[in-house]
Amino acid sequence: MIIANSYDVTLSVAGHDFVTAGEAASQIKRTLETLNLPPKLVRRASICAYEAEMNIIIHACRGQMGLRVTEDKVAIVAHDEGPGIANLDRAMEEGYSTASEEIREMGFGAGMGLPNMKKCADKLSIKTKVNEGTRVEIIIYLPTSEG
Amino acid sequence: MELADVVRLLEAEVLVSATDMSVKITAAGAADLISDVLAFVRERTLLLTGLTNVQVVTAADLVELTGIVFVRGKKPGRDVLEMAKSRGLPVLRTHLHMYEACGILYQAGLRSSQVGQDDNNDHR
Ligand SMILES: Nc1ncnc2c1ncn2[C@@H]1O[C@H](COP(=O)(O)OP(=O)(O)OP(=O)(O)O)[C@@H](O)[C@H]1O
Ligand SMILES: [Mg+2]
Repeated sequence: MIIANSYDVTLSVAGHDFVTAGEAASQIKRTLETLNLPPKLVRRASICAYEAEMNIIIHACRGQMGLRVTEDKVAIVAHDEGPGIANLDRAMEEGYSTASEEIREMGFGAGMGLPNMKKCADKLSIKTKVNEGTRVEIIIYLPTSEG
Repeated sequence: MELADVVRLLEAEVLVSATDMSVKITAAGAADLISDVLAFVRERTLLLTGLTNVQVVTAADLVELTGIVFVRGKKPGRDVLEMAKSRGLPVLRTHLHMYEACGILYQAGLRSSQVGQDDNNDHR
């Protein structure tokens, strides 16, 4: 599939802002829909974007979400200036969460966000440093025009 | 099954109406965790939940669920209903508890939102 124009946008996400939570992911979803990408791909990308956005809101203070669509892939980058992840291997485990009781009451903190992203993305790369922040990059490849 | 059938079976109150109450529902799932909602895989799925915040509406909209049922008579805030309305997401409320509500819909032939859970005895 060839997209005539590549698409690039940056959205800012405020930590602990549960009122507009999901706004960046919704915007990413709407953008992908207007690009006429396959619905299943849009869904996978939306889930990744939402989980990444919620991680910034729950675990970090502030951050940015970026969407970049080129002719072969969708790339979503979530970047924050938060506490970082001390043990990334643990964080990737299903069910591992450091979320507070208050967060759990809202329905988050199942420890499924990063595993969900891994499942939905073709490629997930995470760079993190304690006390500096975290950068999550999600890549989903577009189907080729022949395929 | 139609949304109107769900209303009848669960003795539910319609908090946000669908443009068409005969909209088809083909699967349902129960979840009190947002991540579980995002893991629903079938199309035209109904969510049964005890969570009544705006986040559950955002998640339901993101994966394009067909409707939300709040169980145990839980009353969501106005902000929640307004958001559901703006996203075109029908919302019902039943006095039934989660277990009963799921049991009734399952018995009436509604299958699981998870592929593979009940494919062997699929009685649509
Ligand atoms: N951006 C981030 N900054 C700091 N810590 C993070 C970040 N993202 C994830 N973590 C850490 O990794 C853990 C696992 O993240 P994951 O998204 O899998 O689960 P969760 O956010 O706790 O719960 P859920 O996503 O199911 O609501 C978190 O509990 C947190 O400790
Ligand atoms: Mg998370």
